[in-house]
Amino acid sequence: MSSNNQDTLNQTYQAMAAKDEPKRPVLKNCVKAFFIGGFICFIGQALKSFFLHTFNFNEVTSGDPTLAVLILIAVLLTGFGVYDKIAQFSGAGTAVPITGFANAMASAAIEYRTEGKVLGIGGNMFKIAGPVIVFGTVAAFIVAIIKTLWLQWTGG
Amino acid sequence: MQQGKQSWTYKNNPVIQSTGVVGGPFEGKGMLSRDFDHLFSDIWMSESSFENAQTRLMEEASTIALSKINKKAEDIQFVFAGDLINQITATSLACRTLGIPYIGLFGACSTSMEGLALGGLVIDNNGADYILTGSASHNAAVEKQFRYPTEYGAQKPPTSQWTVTAAGVAVVGKDGEGPVLTAATIGKVIDRGLTDPFNMGGAMAPAAADTVEAHFTDLDRDPSYYDFIVTGDLGKVGLPLMKELLRERGIMVTDEQCIDCGMLIYKENQKVQSGASGSGCSAAVVYGHMLNRMKKNQMKKILVVATGALLSPLTYQQKESIPCIAHAVAIEQKGVEQS
Repeated sequence: MSSNNQDTLNQTYQAMAAKDEPKRPVLKNCVKAFFIGGFICFIGQALKSFFLHTFNFNEVTSGDPTLAVLILIAVLLTGFGVYDKIAQFSGAGTAVPITGFANAMASAAIEYRTEGKVLGIGGNMFKIAGPVIVFGTVAAFIVAIIKTLWLQWTGG
Repeated sequence: MQQGKQSWTYKNNPVIQSTGVVGGPFEGKGMLSRDFDHLFSDIWMSESSFENAQTRLMEEASTIALSKINKKAEDIQFVFAGDLINQITATSLACRTLGIPYIGLFGACSTSMEGLALGGLVIDNNGADYILTGSASHNAAVEKQFRYPTEYGAQKPPTSQWTVTAAGVAVVGKDGEGPVLTAATIGKVIDRGLTDPFNMGGAMAPAAADTVEAHFTDLDRDPSYYDFIVTGDLGKVGLPLMKELLRERGIMVTDEQCIDCGMLIYKENQKVQSGASGSGCSAAVVYGHMLNRMKKNQMKKILVVATGALLSPLTYQQKESIPCIAHAVAIEQKGVEQS
């Protein structure tokens, strides 16, 4: 069979497969993500207010214990095998907040613990979270350069 | 003997004398729980890793299959088996325990029929008195291999499939009681350029259609020859595509005739998206459920088409499309031909 013929065959099939492929329910997923993600932020805000008013924290420092508590809850839910089920429902809603990052770390750590503490957990813990840190840092660097240059030029 | 381009007919009709089918707790809650010989209540299966648990599945299924016909491992000449874990180690470790001469196979989820076709050929040509063939997959071990960590909260699309925790093993011999193998068709690697590893059914459907078409051409048979064409595992997405492809080529299979192992094993409320997959799926469903239905005379002739996606995490990351394969074996009830 010539490669041209093969290409046509592939394209015909790809079109046929795409036609009946059940699509991700994007709008529904967005709405669910909005409310679940918003609800996690609501919990975060409630925690922050709690730390602000009950303990000796100020507006800036009260964020630290808030994040720690959210991370702890996400890690516990991951360990109990519940987080992935909530995530299947809520998608980006549980992935985008810091709970998603905690889940990425914890799930990899759990997954690879049978390969030992150093090479298993240590070597794989950042498997999913690593790229987020790398490209987060790169993005922050680029944005910071743009900001610096902008301020230089505009003299602001 | 060879028939047509890529098929074998088994003139001595090798017999599936015994089977062993085991599964995990999630499978125990599914539709076919009664077709398993043993169900583990915990996915660790008292082992130290999920990979070892998969080895355990294979060992357990083999032990059960042997014990049903009062055979020992020494009575079996060869094992034809494989799985989806790196370098098929789970099967190799199980064969270390069994101590039977071993031919390791990799055909992804098509391994079950790859092994049965080859084992049947060896028996048919007096290469052995007994062979053992089968495959296992463990949800946590295989998903770890190919996807994200099991507890990672990634939203799966509706086309994705769930890897079963199960093993199915068959002991094939020259004679005796049981369904027989009459023919097999070995598939080519077919790649229609699909790249989404969360849509295996869509990627594998052309391979299934190609093998089924070759089977009917080589053996000069019509779809009506078989009560059922059993695919494993195309799922809700792939099965309609295979039917459409076959009908386009003038092979008029009926809707009732085409069933898929991946769509049978779980209940609707188990939320496995498009269905089940994994090399243990077709092995467990065919050697358990299908052969039980044959015993009950609910089906007499079936063509089992096991489909495999021959990708690796590496080829996927290097943007290679998904190469797929399908192998078909015809299993019939003895005496049906004559009656």
